[in-house]
Amino acid sequence: MDWSWLPEYSDKLISGFWLTIQLLVICSFLGFLLAVPVGLVQVTGPKYLSVIARGFCTVVRGTPLLIQLWLIYYGVGELFPGIEGIRESFLWPVLRAAFPYAVLAFTLSIAGYVGEVMRGAFAGVPKGELEAARAMGMSPFKVLWRIWLPRAVQNVFPTLAGEVVLTLKATPLAATITIYELFGRSTEVRQDTFLVYEPLLLVAGIYVLLTGIIVVIFGWLENRIPKPSVA
Amino acid sequence: MNSTSSVNSAVRVTDLHKNFGSLEVLKGVSLDAHDGDVISIIGASGSGKSTFLRCINLLELPSAGNIEIAGEAVKFAAPRNGEMHPADKKQIQRLRTNLGMVFQSFNLWGHMTVLQNVMEAPVHVLGENKAQAKEKCEAMLQRVGLYEKRDQYPAFLSGGQQQRAAIARALALEPQAMLFDEPTSALDPELVGEVLKVIQGIAEEGRTMILVTHEMAFAREVSSNVIFLHQGLVEEEGTPDKVFNQTTSDRCKAFVKSVH
Repeated sequence: MDWSWLPEYSDKLISGFWLTIQLLVICSFLGFLLAVPVGLVQVTGPKYLSVIARGFCTVVRGTPLLIQLWLIYYGVGELFPGIEGIRESFLWPVLRAAFPYAVLAFTLSIAGYVGEVMRGAFAGVPKGELEAARAMGMSPFKVLWRIWLPRAVQNVFPTLAGEVVLTLKATPLAATITIYELFGRSTEVRQDTFLVYEPLLLVAGIYVLLTGIIVVIFGWLENRIPKPSVA
Repeated sequence: MNSTSSVNSAVRVTDLHKNFGSLEVLKGVSLDAHDGDVISIIGASGSGKSTFLRCINLLELPSAGNIEIAGEAVKFAAPRNGEMHPADKKQIQRLRTNLGMVFQSFNLWGHMTVLQNVMEAPVHVLGENKAQAKEKCEAMLQRVGLYEKRDQYPAFLSGGQQQRAAIARALALEPQAMLFDEPTSALDPELVGEVLKVIQGIAEEGRTMILVTHEMAFAREVSSNVIFLHQGLVEEEGTPDKVFNQTTSDRCKAFVKSVH
């Protein structure tokens, strides 16, 4: 095996590594945030919102992420330059870059999957506990924020860890829209050095390591929140 | 009920009706609980007693009638789909804090410890200072004999302990009246006693209570008044002695006899 290229490319690989982390953290955060209303309206919302949310989940879960990513980047992304004066607008640096499109695509994907998880989680909280909260004089928002949401998250916490791990392993798709995250950097190395296996092995090892870290972090968090009722 | 006019009315319900679709569960039930009253509502399953209790704090929306809590009438909007919706949601939220509700199935919040359960409403609904609320709630737990369990999660408590914690949680609101919805019906027989003892203690210190129960001996002992509901109507009411021993209603006689 030939690892002589490693010092030369280490800076690039590290920057790719951080880009992967950024993509993962930002999208997981925004995706979870969006998943809450997506799940909630399916349990308690008006009919039309519930239908929209269900449709959203079905489309997101029913189409390959790669196609979603390309549709957003090449589709939506291609529309903007046609708009008069947009190149002079303050938004242009954002619209021109690839990163925001990747964030949008991954966020929507996570929201679709986790939204479905949250739907079940919200529905699974015992009605009596929500009733007790209302009987104590809580406003609907307070019931959601203090009781319903934390209780729902508690029930699906291990599943959420799984979704983050799956998202991590989906991030290499971003390389297909010119984002030099970890996998994209390894491809660069392979093209420059004509080495097939070593760069792939290296990033594969890093992904395993990252997965381990995610599992540890979520495991630690899980121990800090009470177990769902065993009774 | 208590006819002393100088005593304030904690809960007054007038001519309450409740339909579930075409089924008429309550056909005009009234109740007047003055400060210090302990009113037990008894009756066979399906007589509407739990529904009646749940209508008082609007967990169930009545079809018709008036409700007054702590002397304040609940404002209702025009009925929709056979239900009277509150006209002012803020008013309901405020009035509910005057009523401490205890459920048959405890309904403690599973993601909070016992102490957090008890502190939740004082801190996050009434806006009390956290340190003071903690002190008050720990004293509350001491009273129901659960101080040692304050940092446990509900799932690790027995049914009787959970229900005692739920009583402490309701008491922490310092409510004008306590509502008990069959508080011992979900308990194993050997756990009923500890919960009844706590409820009796609360009754004895003069707190207003409305209690839906199947524990006849208990109702007879603690109540100032007993209401016997039959098919959505008050069939008999009065002192425990009147309802249990001197009733002229055959149905009431038969019911009292059947559960003894």
